Amino acid sequence: MPGAIYAEGLVKTFGDVRALDGVDLDVPEGTVLGMLGPNGAGKTTAVRVLTTLLRPDRGKAEVAGIDVLAHPDKVRRSIGLSGQFAAVDEYLTGRENLTMVGQLYQMSGRDAKRRAAELLERFHLGDAADRTAKTYSGGMRRRLDLAAALVVSPPVMFMDEPTTGLDPRNRQALWDVIQELVAGGTTLLLTTQYLEEADRLAHDICVVDHGKVIARGTSDQLKARTGGERVEVVVHAPEHLTVADEVLRGFAKGEGTIEPHIRRLTIPVAGGAKLLAEVIRELDVRGVEIDDIGLRRPTLDDVFIALTGHAAESADGGGGAGAGGGGTERSGTTGGSRPASAAGHRKEGVR
Amino acid sequence: MTTASTASTATGGAGGTSLGAPPARGGISRLARDSLVVAKRNLIRMVRIPEVVIFGLIQPIMFVVLFSYVFGGSISIPGAGISPSGYREFLMAGIFAQTVTFATAGAGAGIADDMHKGLIDRFRSLPMSRGAVLTGRTLADLVQSALTLVVLAVVALLIGWRTHENIAKVLTGFALLLLLGYAFSWIGALIGLSVRTPEAATSGGLIWLFPLTFISNAFVPSENMPSFLQTVADWNPFSATVMACRDLFGNLPPHYPVPDAWPMQHPVLASVIWSVLIIAAFRTLAVRKYRSATA
Repeated sequence: MPGAIYAEGLVKTFGDVRALDGVDLDVPEGTVLGMLGPNGAGKTTAVRVLTTLLRPDRGKAEVAGIDVLAHPDKVRRSIGLSGQFAAVDEYLTGRENLTMVGQLYQMSGRDAKRRAAELLERFHLGDAADRTAKTYSGGMRRRLDLAAALVVSPPVMFMDEPTTGLDPRNRQALWDVIQELVAGGTTLLLTTQYLEEADRLAHDICVVDHGKVIARGTSDQLKARTGGERVEVVVHAPEHLTVADEVLRGFAKGEGTIEPHIRRLTIPVAGGAKLLAEVIRELDVRGVEIDDIGLRRPTLDDVFIALTGHAAESADGGGGAGAGGGGTERSGTTGGSRPASAAGHRKEGVR
Repeated sequence: MTTASTASTATGGAGGTSLGAPPARGGISRLARDSLVVAKRNLIRMVRIPEVVIFGLIQPIMFVVLFSYVFGGSISIPGAGISPSGYREFLMAGIFAQTVTFATAGAGAGIADDMHKGLIDRFRSLPMSRGAVLTGRTLADLVQSALTLVVLAVVALLIGWRTHENIAKVLTGFALLLLLGYAFSWIGALIGLSVRTPEAATSGGLIWLFPLTFISNAFVPSENMPSFLQTVADWNPFSATVMACRDLFGNLPPHYPVPDAWPMQHPVLASVIWSVLIIAAFRTLAVRKYRSATA
């Protein structure tokens, strides 16, 4: 049985731009899919199609088991959408905003009011409930927007870059709220530009670029695919570079790089912080004086460089994983396991 | 496979659990209820941003004063000659009609602003009636137009405007004005959905209103215009309402030569027909546009 969010071969073009170029998705009920990608990758377009805001040119989509194209109104009763812009009316108070949304979800006036009061407390907006949203901080507006998406406790939620533009403290607070929500069994599709965010919140991740899913898998699988962790060492003097290189070779899980002009050596590793300690000890034993040393985890930039760096391979492999992987994933989810994807297999090859 | 899974899950997935929205009610009652919810929202905004209403009032008052005192001494009205007080009586129906049509720009700017801020996306993702966002907005604009007309009528009475017919006729005149304003706010709604920014909606909503309101019988009689323009003016929907109001208010000079064009001979009926046609056409276009609206 398809997941709570399911899409097959979604295509949407705007003029010459193929915003979606054959996107397949399958998000099992109660899980979180993090959709990663740069600006203009097609993430928002995918969310707009799945939330009935946009009709695709081709393909099919189901949300909560309902055909999005055939029964958009039924889908709307089962979803909550929290967008990139905090879509609240700034001249209405927090309470008025939520009550209005409740009524438009076809709740009675009294139910809508009661639910608004509940949500305002839950999202720590109780004190600001009767102030206009105009007076809210950015973080408060996001929380109000998220609350508006939760008015009917929809079984399926879509969040389009929920923390973009938020400061770290507010981002953290919003993550806590989202985690609580997911713990309650909501299925969530979350788009983001931050690997850290997907890492933190998502069970599975798909990377989107130019309207295609170019990679999918768990966070660990993707990181492994990008080469995983690296140790970076900056030695104190240029003459130490050779010895340091010798030492590092002993720990490397692949080809390292040396940048003599900044006295920096970088090697791919596996083993985390424990390994870092060993590297420091060994360098010390060999008398290498270091200015800086660190364990670097892959960022979205790295994921992208790795994926687009093998352009030829990704075009075939990634595209193939998108189209063919859809079938694999579906049988995979039937068996109750996490989607096994091309990224997963490749991981074995890398290690 | 599609049909089978859809049929089984549509009931089990959405309705079977306590999650999700309550089942939707029927089309018309949902439209009415949702429209009122949206209208209430727009009225609250109006109260909290009173500048909009106040500027909406200053403009027509300015027009009344400028036209009646600056032009009033120079414009000859057939049947009344040159008389500032005669022109004032002639003018007011035109100013009233112009005022309600200028609400078009407000509707357009408001909806463009909602698009811009992502509110239209929010509304479109809700299981609400597809026509309600626009209907709610136009209903709120109707309330604003009514308020504006009341204030403007008081100002007009203060500077010497009088009606000479019974109250039923006078109220019918105001009803026609509101109907015209309501029709025009649907044009504004379509403009608001079609442009990219609220600023564009404001100017796009106003520009075409100037030729529309000036190539009419609102400020001067159409009989002195070149014959082509006179035809345009006599068939202008705007002129029909103005003529109907002059008639219903008793503001037409006794020997005023009413043009032969059909709408001028039957202004009340013509006014209703025009407004209903505009509503039917532009409501259809605007709601269709709303369904596929993209910010």
